Amino acid sequence: MVPQMSESIGEKSFGGSILIDLKQRLTGRSSGAGLSVLFVAVLAAATFFVGAKFVSPTNLRSMAIQIPEFGLLSIAMMITLLKGGLNLSIIATANICTLAVGGILISCGPGLHGVQLYAVVALALSAGLVLAVLIGLLNGILIAYVSLSPIIATLGTMILLKGLALGFSRGGVFSGFPEPIVFIGQGEIGFVPASLIVFGLAVALLAFILNKTAFGASLYMIGSNEPATRYSGVDTRRAVVQCYVLSSIFAFLAGLVMMGRFNSANAAYGESYLLLTILAAVLGGINPFGGFGKVGGLVLSLLILQIISSAFNQLNISPFLTLAIWGGLLIVVSAISANVNPLRR
Amino acid sequence: MLEVSRRIIPRHETLLSLVIILACIVLSVTTDTFFTLRNLQDLFTSNAYTAILCAGLVVVLIAGGIDISFAAVASIVQYVSFTIIRELGNDWISLFVIASGLGILCGFFNAFLIHRFRIGSIIATVATLNLFFGLLMFFSGGKYISVLPPWFSSGITLFQFTDVGHTTYRVNIQIILVLVTFSMTYFMLERTTVGRQIYAMGGSPEAARRVGLNIWRLHLFVYGYMGFMAALAGLAQAQLAQSVVPSSLVGTELGVLAAAILGGASLTGGRGSALGAFLGVSLLAVLQNGLVLVGISSYWVQVFNGAVILLAASITVLKGRRIANVNGAADV
Repeated sequence: MVPQMSESIGEKSFGGSILIDLKQRLTGRSSGAGLSVLFVAVLAAATFFVGAKFVSPTNLRSMAIQIPEFGLLSIAMMITLLKGGLNLSIIATANICTLAVGGILISCGPGLHGVQLYAVVALALSAGLVLAVLIGLLNGILIAYVSLSPIIATLGTMILLKGLALGFSRGGVFSGFPEPIVFIGQGEIGFVPASLIVFGLAVALLAFILNKTAFGASLYMIGSNEPATRYSGVDTRRAVVQCYVLSSIFAFLAGLVMMGRFNSANAAYGESYLLLTILAAVLGGINPFGGFGKVGGLVLSLLILQIISSAFNQLNISPFLTLAIWGGLLIVVSAISANVNPLRR
Repeated sequence: MLEVSRRIIPRHETLLSLVIILACIVLSVTTDTFFTLRNLQDLFTSNAYTAILCAGLVVVLIAGGIDISFAAVASIVQYVSFTIIRELGNDWISLFVIASGLGILCGFFNAFLIHRFRIGSIIATVATLNLFFGLLMFFSGGKYISVLPPWFSSGITLFQFTDVGHTTYRVNIQIILVLVTFSMTYFMLERTTVGRQIYAMGGSPEAARRVGLNIWRLHLFVYGYMGFMAALAGLAQAQLAQSVVPSSLVGTELGVLAAAILGGASLTGGRGSALGAFLGVSLLAVLQNGLVLVGISSYWVQVFNGAVILLAASITVLKGRRIANVNGAADV
């Protein structure tokens, strides 16, 4: 995905972009400020139009339940965007992994209690995790070693996995899962939904990976300038494979949250989220051509989108208008960030 | 140099044709329903929507861009033109003019965002997909148009005959549109200046700009053309479905993209052809049709589609490396 890239080749002189990138990250010069202003504006508008009802516990709870699954999927998309790629197979990964988990639980789980039940749940979850890792490896190898374009590779695996999931489940729904699974999607710890805690942990983990590990730094560098990163001694292929494995694992987490919330698994859950995760990530300041973007931006963007959606919902405005507004917002934000700060295209 | 590589390595289109021919031979031998005129007509008719869109998308891909919004554009075109046509015109020509105009306008809007605002094409069209679709669903309230004008419902038949078994075969509007759009795209890409300029722009936008090509006008043309194709695809689909359901098309984007990629279009621009796109759609169509006829559950069809896409894309890339090697060796 390199449309309109060549104009910036001049700026991406050898190593230069890495310096710029480092400088930007050290000084924290990102669209974060603009995004915070937007967040406050949207929140103020929502509270103004909806009234006190908007900050009522009921509404806050419903928002807290809606954010995690979309948020986890957006994280899965975001890490591949950071390195200049894209993962179209996140939803298919989430669905086939949860179907695998569900299949194991349904065939071994019923009637079990106590330790046995937890053993089967643990077994099923590990099977799902292994499957997610394998899918990530497949994507990563196709992209890093066969050098397929990320869109093509992950579009191919998306169709393949959807087909496998459909064939495996005969197009049907697996439902009725044991308590631990349902708890991930519906449970609460204190007043906080369990899924929100999962999301919070995922955000913390992602922030740690991106900011504190060598792998995180190499992701940003690959996204800015892959050849330069390779020549500076980073095994970029390995990092790309790791990136897609990580993306798969986050997708699996999102799948688990969906699975728990609906208490069922299916080959076609959440498909409308796919392109919206790109929207959320780019709105959050993640550069779709790689190299720039912070977790904080993504979280702000998710909050903005959720506030708009909830406010419209409370005002009884069609959810489709929300979709249109989200699209319009993405256009405005991208246009501003592309033109105000040309380096961050 | 190019000749050396061409002699050693077959073109993508040649490979695709061989695979399709092979698949057709196997299916003709193993089933008695595949190689019939009836099935051919059904294949064309039911895949017309994807095929027509593919004829437009391949142009965008060659130009180095991508479009994700075409299904939303097709939905808008369907809904708005049938709403207008009842008040105004009420004939084929007005319908085509209104539909194409709307489609082209939506395409121009994409081109405007991509060129003037310098938003990456994938981001711009993901945004317009949601904008267009959201607005359409908001204003239409998701309501169906179930009664289409009778002249539209009965369609256009260019040629028909009835065989001894009283089965009627016809060259219907879907088949006409598929043939016309691909011929038009082929002619435009291969035989006109603008077509060659689109290849140049996709190959290297900077070089194209320095040579003096008008990139803004090319962007308008490319995305306008995509919008035009989306309009025609919308009409073909509405005629086939005999109704307009505003939410029925969104979600088909990536399938069309897969067909175009299978046809050899590259996402980095500059590569691809109308013939390739046609063969890409055909291979997926034949595969799907064939697997069902052979008796494999339709649930598994997508597994084959995905595998074929990955395989074809990998072969293209590996072949590209061999070409690079051949050229490199010759240079030494």
